[in-house]
Amino acid sequence: MMKNNIGKNILFAGVGGQGILLISELTARAAIHTDFDVKKTEVHGAAQRGGSVVSHVRFAEKVYSPISKTGEVDILLSLEKLEGLRWAHYVKDGGIILLNNEERSPQPMTEKKVEYPQNIEEFLSSKGYNVQIIDAVSMASAMGNYRAANTILLGAMASHTGIDDEHWFAVMKENLNPKILELNLQAFEMGKKLSQKVLSVA
Amino acid sequence: MNSKQLLSGNEAIARGAWEAGIHVACGYPGTPSTEIIENLARYDDIDVEWSTNEKVAFDVAYGASLAGARSLVSMKHVGVNVALDSLMVTPFSGVHGGFVVITADDPGMHSSQNEQDNRFFAKFAKIPMLEPSDSQEAKEFVKIAFDISEQFDVPVFLRTTTRTSHSKSVVEFSEAKRTPPQKYKHDPQKYVVPIWGKRRRQNIEMRLKKMEEFAETFPENKIEWNSKKIGVITSGICYQYAKEVFPDASFLKLGMIFPLPKKMLEWFCDGVEKIYVVEELEPFLEEQLRLLGVKNPFGSLNLSGKDVFTNMFELSPDIVQHAFSGNGEKKSFDNEIAIPPRPPVMCPGCPHSGVYFVLHKLKTVVTGDIGCYTLGALPPFNALDTTLCMGAGIGNAFGMEKVHRATMGKKLVAVIGDSTFLHSGIAPLIDIVFNKGITTVVLMDNSTTGMTGHQQHPGMGKTVRLENTYAINYEQLISAIGVKHIRVVDPYDLEATETAMKEALALNEPAVVISRRACVLLEEEKAKTHYPYEVLGELCEECDLCLKIGCPAIDGSQAVPFISKERCIGCDLCAKLCNFDAIRMIEN
Ligand code: SF4
Ligand code: SF4
Repeated sequence: MMKNNIGKNILFAGVGGQGILLISELTARAAIHTDFDVKKTEVHGAAQRGGSVVSHVRFAEKVYSPISKTGEVDILLSLEKLEGLRWAHYVKDGGIILLNNEERSPQPMTEKKVEYPQNIEEFLSSKGYNVQIIDAVSMASAMGNYRAANTILLGAMASHTGIDDEHWFAVMKENLNPKILELNLQAFEMGKKLSQKVLSVA
Repeated sequence: MNSKQLLSGNEAIARGAWEAGIHVACGYPGTPSTEIIENLARYDDIDVEWSTNEKVAFDVAYGASLAGARSLVSMKHVGVNVALDSLMVTPFSGVHGGFVVITADDPGMHSSQNEQDNRFFAKFAKIPMLEPSDSQEAKEFVKIAFDISEQFDVPVFLRTTTRTSHSKSVVEFSEAKRTPPQKYKHDPQKYVVPIWGKRRRQNIEMRLKKMEEFAETFPENKIEWNSKKIGVITSGICYQYAKEVFPDASFLKLGMIFPLPKKMLEWFCDGVEKIYVVEELEPFLEEQLRLLGVKNPFGSLNLSGKDVFTNMFELSPDIVQHAFSGNGEKKSFDNEIAIPPRPPVMCPGCPHSGVYFVLHKLKTVVTGDIGCYTLGALPPFNALDTTLCMGAGIGNAFGMEKVHRATMGKKLVAVIGDSTFLHSGIAPLIDIVFNKGITTVVLMDNSTTGMTGHQQHPGMGKTVRLENTYAINYEQLISAIGVKHIRVVDPYDLEATETAMKEALALNEPAVVISRRACVLLEEEKAKTHYPYEVLGELCEECDLCLKIGCPAIDGSQAVPFISKERCIGCDLCAKLCNFDAIRMIEN
């Protein structure tokens, strides 16, 4: 049952089509599995792909708004670095920011009108956040399937949520295709190990 | 099955409609309403259809109600504009089986061409409107809406916003109440409105009075007494935002926002020092409250609403907090570090890119309407001059032609998607032929309703449940309308597309070019083997011509463009543009 009744606000960020919807859905379901009240919502532009997308997941004993306030998010997991920077102001002081080591140039950059910001990790660390860069794609490729990258990131995020492993496993079993379940369970474990490197937060 | 489920508002509405025992559900896809019909289609005991447009959907569902069945019609906010002609008459004729109209509004215009507050339609048509604030309520309110519809012999609006439609929260299921439809009753004095309309007119006012009384004791209009310093009057998702910001305030949460419970409002306002009306978009509740002449303990109404809130876009807990406390939102870091925007883009290999590349090259004036192809307005194509609403582009083009026929006639193109063409593109095309226009129409047939997530339509040969059905033959249809010049091209074949366009534009008669290639996101297309391309650095002259196809798989931010192997689908368009043979399929 409930290990920690404080609850968490989590924000997932990335580029449309990267798979944010699936990992935020798994997170919301893991929270419901522990008997928390849960709300979740995606915010993105037009229905097409390739734009900036975030998904809020909030769980606690009682949740009202599906959208978190700025400065109240406990953990931001961004599947793309620039998107992590774009949404970082939602994270509370000293909160955790996990960045997938992936850079995708937005279309205006292809027109060479703007540049991809440099030193995103340093910038965010200088703001007092707990930042970790995760090389999920190369790790997943080393495992034999680059598509498992998001599950590695999910594992890294999961260990900061206070939700027990049994709930995550149950939810993955219920929601993932059995053919890729074993791979994803391994990827999840691998992600969890990474998180030990991040300082524990208050 | 676990009794507690995490459902979106739309999934919950579908469940609620099923629990209410509906027999027929109709709709036309439109964000944020689309998933209601998609989820209803999973229940075998309901007759569910994607209709050709919202007015058709409305008329079919209403027909089912007249026949004695509970029925539902679902659409996005602008869909109600399309169905309005029918909607405005139904309060006169009333219902037989319960009839619920879902309007999914989109404050913030996340995927809409305008922002409109459809609460005004409830007042306009004098029919009740319920507004849920989360998924559990969404499910319950559908059932309540059917009861009210039958009790008062009236169509009932259920209004959601993007945030209630698309956010997920916990829902508990109940049993379904399934009863057979009632018998059909021949009743022309009720349903043949023009002839007996005057008598029906009085019914509407009498019914409204009764519904106002009903609102006073309606259990979903709820008062939560807490501190008497602040009293919040609100509904829908704004209730959730305000609860977050004012946990200690008293609340009057309106489950029904039209008609309003006057006595209840008076009683509530009388009990609190200061009133906050928290509502998105227009001052709908605030205006009605002022009109009702409600007062505070000290006489005049001590109320804050749209004086502190904007009437534009979505609210959020941040905005609600800021409006009343002045505590600002935490700002993003873009004043310290440049954060480039990331607008949505067409998909790698999108068939529309070929068409837009050609139109841009031919420097045509292009009128369009609603679909993925609206992105043709952005760089690198800059190929779209107008986008107003479903089906508008063809009529707009013809209007332009009337003014500048000699010059523009040779350069005027209306583009329209296949789903949109069937929704409302046929009538304006008939108009062009009938009134002797010469405008060229490009029918961008990607064999699906792309923008809303690939719903079935009458050109696809599949119903909402993927059963086989007749697939419209566009060439025959367009020819029957009276267009003589019809050409079909593959938009991946840039040369053929250009030739067909030039040929059509040179004519002194209406012409239709059908650009035919399936959307790359359709499962059948994704399942095909893709051979990605690469740029050979030693051959590349860094001319950037390949970037003109606007493919997001090509990163052009460096001198030599780089193609992402994972994202390229091997459409060959960029390679066709390169004059130096520097783009090739990766050898397997
Ligand atoms: S079109 Fe060819 S030469 Fe020009 S930038 Fe692209 S790859 Fe290089
Ligand atoms: S072949 Fe070129 S244009 Fe087509 S998807 Fe690949 S990179 Fe994009």
